[in-house]
Amino acid sequence: MKIYLKIWRQKDNHSKGCFKDYTVDDVNKDMSFLEMLDTLNLKLVKQGERPVEFDHDCREGICGQCGVMINGIAHGPLKNTTTCQLHMRSFKDGDTIYVEPFKAAAFPIVRDLKINRSALDRIITSGGFVAVDTGQAPEANSIPITYQEAESAFDSAACIGCGACVASCKNSSAALFTGAKITHLELLPQGQKETHVRVTEMVEQMEKEGFGHCSNTEACQVECPENISVLNIARMNYEYNKSKLLVKK
Amino acid sequence: MNTPFLDTKIPEGPLEKKWSNYKRNAKLVSPNNRKKLEIIVVGTGLSGASAAASLAEMGYQVKSFCFQDTPRRAHSVAAQGGVNAAKNYKNDGDSVYRMFYDTLKGGDFRSREANTYRLAECSASLIDQAIAQGVPFAREYGGYLRNRSFGGVQVSRTFYARGQTGQQLLLGAYQSLMRQVKAEKVKLYARHEMLDLVLIDNKAKGIIARNLDTGEIERHGAHAVVLATGGFGKIYYLSTLAMGCNASAIWRAHKKGAFMANPSWTQIHPTSLPQSGPYQSKLTLMSESLRNDGRIWVPKDKNETRKPNDIPEEERDYYLERKYPSFGNLAPRDIASRAAKEQIDAGKGVGALKNAVYLDFSRALKEYGKDIIKERYGNLFDMYRKITGINAYDEPMKISPAAHFSMGGLWVDYELMTSINGLFAIGEANFSDHGANRLGANSLLQACVDGYFILPYTLANYLAGEIKVPKTNIQDKEFDIAEENCKKQLESFLTTKGEKTAEEFHKELGKELYDKCGLSRSKQGLEQAIENIQKLRKEFKTNLMVPGDAAEVNSELEKAGRVADYMEVAELMCIDALQREESCGAHFRQEYQTEDGEAKRDDEHFSYSAAWEWTANPSEPKLNKEPLIFEFVKPTIRSYK
Repeated sequence: MKIYLKIWRQKDNHSKGCFKDYTVDDVNKDMSFLEMLDTLNLKLVKQGERPVEFDHDCREGICGQCGVMINGIAHGPLKNTTTCQLHMRSFKDGDTIYVEPFKAAAFPIVRDLKINRSALDRIITSGGFVAVDTGQAPEANSIPITYQEAESAFDSAACIGCGACVASCKNSSAALFTGAKITHLELLPQGQKETHVRVTEMVEQMEKEGFGHCSNTEACQVECPENISVLNIARMNYEYNKSKLLVKK
Repeated sequence: MNTPFLDTKIPEGPLEKKWSNYKRNAKLVSPNNRKKLEIIVVGTGLSGASAAASLAEMGYQVKSFCFQDTPRRAHSVAAQGGVNAAKNYKNDGDSVYRMFYDTLKGGDFRSREANTYRLAECSASLIDQAIAQGVPFAREYGGYLRNRSFGGVQVSRTFYARGQTGQQLLLGAYQSLMRQVKAEKVKLYARHEMLDLVLIDNKAKGIIARNLDTGEIERHGAHAVVLATGGFGKIYYLSTLAMGCNASAIWRAHKKGAFMANPSWTQIHPTSLPQSGPYQSKLTLMSESLRNDGRIWVPKDKNETRKPNDIPEEERDYYLERKYPSFGNLAPRDIASRAAKEQIDAGKGVGALKNAVYLDFSRALKEYGKDIIKERYGNLFDMYRKITGINAYDEPMKISPAAHFSMGGLWVDYELMTSINGLFAIGEANFSDHGANRLGANSLLQACVDGYFILPYTLANYLAGEIKVPKTNIQDKEFDIAEENCKKQLESFLTTKGEKTAEEFHKELGKELYDKCGLSRSKQGLEQAIENIQKLRKEFKTNLMVPGDAAEVNSELEKAGRVADYMEVAELMCIDALQREESCGAHFRQEYQTEDGEAKRDDEHFSYSAAWEWTANPSEPKLNKEPLIFEFVKPTIRSYK
């Protein structure tokens, strides 16, 4: 296959970026999208040019480090898939593909397609945990959790923190990311004690980082590689309002 | 009988009392002194994050480093199948002793009894800890925890969270770590790579790190340094590891005096996806848990051309069930991988490149129905479809062995301290618990146990002697020298201006290792490999091509540093494999096998761990032997028949 690429190149967050045209001739349908970029980079390096910087690590869809906009869609055309798990069989010979970084005010560009998502870490830091020290834990089976409860909590806990939800949202909202963590911990007895404090702090941190508000377009769920439901956002809003009423400052 | 350098510090007493004896006698650091002590933890996978969080909770000042853009992405995240613990919730005869014995036997009696016992002993607490953090482990309908079975054991002691156990455990540890960031007990340095270890008066006192976003070289001092930097299976290039996994931190510590133990013992995982072409960057793992319900087979006829579903039952060879009837498809990884290689080498491999075997779920689908299979392995089947385009509910998966886990690593004593004072190694970065082959679901366990439950005690025992030592001065000349060396090395990569990229070198090196120091090794092959690696290393010095410069984001430069280290590690692996004239676990020397092709151990001559010492010449490392003394268990022939 021959693939035409228009890739966003940008030296750093302060420079102006632009699309540059590239062609990759020897694309195989079994290649992953990132392997196609590897092939391009090898060519660029050999020509003495700077390769395209992009985020990636595990290349099996779980670490959440990869992620680019492919023809305007976070992680590309295949549903519930990270960029690394997208294969070139999703494209045709002669296709032109636009490749851009996940763009959001809260995600500064490091270089080319590489971005800084530490804002998401800071949301977790603000309260996305159960406050238990090592050694304090009671016997595991002393906290029975039904099959359904565990499965529902897992559905929320499955978030890989890639930021596709933010990139897909017209407001660059991190509501799905934040809502998923709040819901995961709220659904389990271990996490419930701190729910009110947690939800307040996490929502406030989310705003501080410059993420936008959720206006219920539900684009985030559509592009989420883990298919995290927007009901997590509803849950967050519910818990947030409840905590506003119940928490004494 | 140990040499003074290899004092294992194994406590006195019966096996089941050793760890409690150690804890009873270990020195403590009082809470008001802890805040004066700084600890560097490199790596934020399960061992690094759990150690950093636990130490910070105790009151120490921790600096945590990772090369990923956030700690949550460390490669523990990719572990799928589960984590073992001797809870005996299934009432099926499990116990700490049995788990210890399974692990020791699984490792072909090439690990320390005391360490392995401690691993089993601490396993139950880990499950408690993870549950308290909110890790959503699989449950029975009544609300109690569910278990499944894994390779090499005959009980169900594996706890799991769908096929994402590593991710969920890591998120638990990561969240605990971030809680300590909030408490200002941990300072986080993401996108930082350790370039060197700094020793002052023969004690580990700090590191040189490169900020991967700016290229800036930084100095960090501490009272102790902990390496939790994972395994180096990526040295084979094609492996189940993440692209960034590397040996650099432990190798640079090795060059400062930390011994490397059993570096050639690499687990080749039997159930990975086969290579499809030369462009391929990694091999994706399919969890071993699939072998609970999947049956492995190849066609009996090597000229078979029919599709798998068209091949009748009697023309299939379920070779694991045939050769190892009592363990069947759940034979340990080294055995399953070697058996697959045997079939592939005999020309019975399947797929376009004839480099795979079938993993077939048709019987389980018939027996349990699609819903149950989907619930158990749904995400793995989805992943398989995404990568290969094939629906495994309709036809068997094609799987193949791939480099996976480093049983070898930095030599550590019972306290997990390396041969450098004040330098500790935990998780996959050390060599300690798995012997010559790791059992499935013991890796997450070891990482967690090292970080949550062992290091907090043993590090305190060391730090108790450091309370009066003033804060490390990063202006010390040792820091000057180390920084200067790092800068020079980066500069040399950039100024070589040759014609081959680091990745091209890495692919060549990886192929050499797969062929000659992989599933099967021989004297002749290893000697040839050593020669070839030396040549390749020479070429690397003169023909490397790295674009850009050092004061900016530069992935090619990062790769060059890692491959430069791999060039030396690879030779040590071959030297290690060459000196061990026996077969044990994952180390299979063609010259040493039984009549039916199983590994033939030589306890009389090789019942030791090989701890290699750096001598400034990568081709002439010095061998130190730590004898393995079996006081409680008698090593037997490891049979899974």
